[in-house]
This record gives sequence, C-alpha cells and structure tokens, in this order.
Amino acid sequence: MRQALLIFNKEFKDYFTSPIAYIVIAIFLAVTGWLFFSAFFLNNQAELRRFFTLLPLLFALVMPLVTMRLFAEEINVGSYELLLTLPVTFRDIIVGKFMAAVAFAAALLVPTLSYPIFISMIGDLDWGVSIAGYLGALLMAAAYAGVGLFASSLTRNQIIAGIVAMVICVFLAIVDQMLFFFPQSILDLVTYLSANAHFTNIAKGILDSRDLLYFLSVAFLGLYATHLVMEEK
Amino acid sequence: MIHVEGLTKYYDEFCAVDHIDLDIKGGEIVGLLGPNGAGKTTTLRMLTGYFQPSAGDIRVKEHSIHQDSLAIKRLIGYLPESAPLYKGMLVYDYLEHVARIRGLDGAAMAQRLFELADMCGLRGIMHKTIDTLSKGLKQRVGLAHAMMSDPEILVLDEPTSGLDPNQIVEIREIIRKIGEQKTVILSTHILSEAEATCDRIVIINKGRIVADGSTQELTSGKDRQGRVQLGFMGASTEAVVDRLKGVPGVSAVTPQTEEAPGLTRVQVLCQPGVDARPEIYQAVKATDWVLVEMNQEAQTLETIFRELTRES
Repeated sequence: MRQALLIFNKEFKDYFTSPIAYIVIAIFLAVTGWLFFSAFFLNNQAELRRFFTLLPLLFALVMPLVTMRLFAEEINVGSYELLLTLPVTFRDIIVGKFMAAVAFAAALLVPTLSYPIFISMIGDLDWGVSIAGYLGALLMAAAYAGVGLFASSLTRNQIIAGIVAMVICVFLAIVDQMLFFFPQSILDLVTYLSANAHFTNIAKGILDSRDLLYFLSVAFLGLYATHLVMEEK
Repeated sequence: MIHVEGLTKYYDEFCAVDHIDLDIKGGEIVGLLGPNGAGKTTTLRMLTGYFQPSAGDIRVKEHSIHQDSLAIKRLIGYLPESAPLYKGMLVYDYLEHVARIRGLDGAAMAQRLFELADMCGLRGIMHKTIDTLSKGLKQRVGLAHAMMSDPEILVLDEPTSGLDPNQIVEIREIIRKIGEQKTVILSTHILSEAEATCDRIVIINKGRIVADGSTQELTSGKDRQGRVQLGFMGASTEAVVDRLKGVPGVSAVTPQTEEAPGLTRVQVLCQPGVDARPEIYQAVKATDWVLVEMNQEAQTLETIFRELTRES
C-alpha cells in the first residue's frame, strides 16, 4: 500500500508540474460554467441539476485526457522498464495511477463547489441532493478512469490511448439516448450499461446500491483488464 | 549468488535467448559481450524481472524469479540502456521518489541522497530538470537510481553507449569502484570496455553462450588454434608448403602473396591447443632455407570475439 501511495503521490504531482492540467481545468470550468449559468437564471430554480446533466458527457471527454499518458507515456519513454524493475507489484502501480486520476477529477470538481455555495446564497438549495451529485460525479470519474487506464496500457501512443478511451466513455455516456438503434430484447441490458442513467439516479439524490455497484464494477473491470495487459507484456 | 538455468526467451517464433546456463559468484564484475541483437538486453531484462522467461529459471540467493520476483527486485539495482528516466522531474525529486519506493525515509534517505550525489557527481545538477541534462549526466542519474538501496547486485545495460570518451572513463571508474564490493553485471559491445572493467567475460551470440572466462583464459584458451606467420628466403613456395604440411601439430599451411622477390611467406594454422613452433623450427633447420620471420599471431579479445560471432 505504501508503494501505491508513493506512485499516487508522484503521478498526482506530475499533473500539476505540466501546464496541461491547468488548461484542462480552465476549459472544464469555462464550459460547465457557461453551459450551466447561461440557462440557470432563465429556469429560476435553485438547483444544480443542469450542471450535473453536463457531467456524464463532459467527463467522458475529459477523463481520457487525464488518463491517456499514465501508461502510454511510460511505455514510450521506456521508464516503464525502470518502474517495473523497482520493488513494486503491478497492483501498486495500477492502484497508484488510478487514484491519481480520480484525485485529479476531484481537483477538477473542487472549484465548481462555488456553484452550490453561490446558489445557496441566493436561493434555497437542497444540499443532500448536491452532495449526492458530487459523490456520483466522483464515482463516474473513477469508472471512466478505469477505462482510460486500460486504454493507456494498450499502446505507447498517447493519442490512440486517449481516443480509444474517449470512444468507450462517450458510448457509456450517451448509449441511453441511442436506444432506438437496439433491438427490443436487449434494451434492458443496454440501459444498464449507460453511465448517464446511473449517474442521473444518484444526482437526483437516490443512492441505490445498483448504481454504486455499476460504477465500481466498471472501474474494477478496467483495472483488472489493465492488470491482464501488464502481465501479457 | 546468481544461478541461471536453461534460460530461454521467445518473441513469438523468434528465439532471442536460447537455454543459457550461468553461475555468477558474489563480487564478480561480469561483462556480457555480443553483437547487436545477440540477446544481451533480453537476458538482463529477464534477470531484473522486467520480462518473464519463456522457460528456465533464475535464482538469486535463495529466491526464484517465478515465485519471488519482488525479493529479487529488492536485491538488484538496474540501469537500462540509455537511462529512460522520467523526463519532467527534477533530479532531486526523482531520486527522492526512487528512494522512498526503495524503502528509505527521513534522515537515512537524506544521507543516502547525499552520498550518491557525491559518488556520481550530481552535486551541481540536483535542481535541474532531467530532460535538460546531457546524456552523460542522465547516465549518472541512472546510476544513482540503480545504486539507491546499495544493492548487492548491480545490472547495467550498455552503461557507456553514446557517451564521449571522457564520460566513458568517468562512468567506468564509478563502475570499478562499485565493483570492489558488489556483484556487477554489465552488457556492452565495446570490447576494450569489457577488457578494462570486467573480471569475467561471457560472450553471447544468437542467444547462446559461446565463451565464458577471464580475458586471459579466453585469449590463451586451450582450444584456440594458433596462427604462425613465417618468412623464408631461398625457398620456393611449393617446397615450403610441402615440408611444413608434414610437421606434427600443423593443420594447414596457406601461402601468402609474395611481397619481395626471393621472399616466401606462409601462414601456418596450428592444431587446437598445440604450439607447433618448436617442431616447425626443427623442420626448417634441416633445410638450407633462411628463416627471416616467425611470428605467432597474438590472440586478442577482438579476434576471439570475431571468430566466435562471425556469421558463417
């Protein structure tokens, strides 16, 4: 565990030593802020629902950018060899990198806490629902990070890793809006695959174990697949 | 210390390392020598736990690579070829990160970083970003990385490739200093380097060990075929070849092109392990030829290396 924490520490710091982190955060805040507040005053509702509806798709675009370098860069530069010949297990490496990506997502969300604070000043905000929404956002980020980490372990090319992860994450995010493409018989399954549907439940303030289990199992599957890829190499 | 048995590695169909057996004692400096693509790096990568062997076993002390690769990784410090370090980090941050992963902390860590900075000459560059360093400096940071936990075994993959002559001398001196107490395994295709730094040389070709021993043992090896150059005056080439062929211990006689009128030169290939010079002298003494030249070709590591690794 100590080793995983050390790797987490290094990876998390790495995000903030390059300008890319700040650019990603700035763009994320600009897009969410603009899309959310452009309609907020028209709706005249003291709630964060519209902010949360943006997140499944936005995170599907942002998390691959966050995770794509985690393995691909190391494999490309060759530092992967140094990492693997240090006394660390595959699990330490995967967990450390995964936690760093989730922590970065948390760092991305922290500035948006100003939205509920601001709203609670001008209206009556339901804090329970808001907190559930943030929790759901973190869970969703974890699921996407699992997918992104897996994509990154597949290739030495960051761009390919990013695109593969984006395709999978965007699919999970919007599949419930494409139900008419699928035959009747598998509609239930397809709906179950949708990150959007599960996230919307949580963001309504309903903490159902099925939704939690969904995100956790997507994350776990991603990490497990990463482990398999590492063993194969 | 290290016991390698039947080590084999396949990349798909291609056999990169083919049943290597090797025993390395504590305190040896072993040079793995071989042409490019001979399997040196692959062997080292299996030794350090980066690659899984396709077959065979590596035991370091009592640990086997299959059961306890983590324990082996703790015992080995490894510097891959061209030191692929994290580019964006400061030298100090990087070494600190490695130190923590190697289980150092607090005062012990500060002490170790200080020692390594001195030993590898990193004092002035601790605050620099790794990708701004020259190749030689990067290599030294890589050495510090490898020696962080003061490991009993140091594995270096082409530690001097791409360095300028001054840097090569510096790195070699560091390696020799370390080798006084540690077991060092290094790979190289620079023969003089192996000769200068290693106690023992293992030549690999096409994934197999083709020679193993000290430089001296290799160059004076029992199964080497000695070559003797002879020059005569007042003798015809045919007569010389005829006579020398009959000398015991001689396996072949090749006439050389005539350089001066009246001078006959031949090269005699001796039978393995036989010095035929006394017999040749006796045979020549009985004739009226004038022997003006008799030279045993010196066996250097280079001639041996070329002989063993030549494409045939």
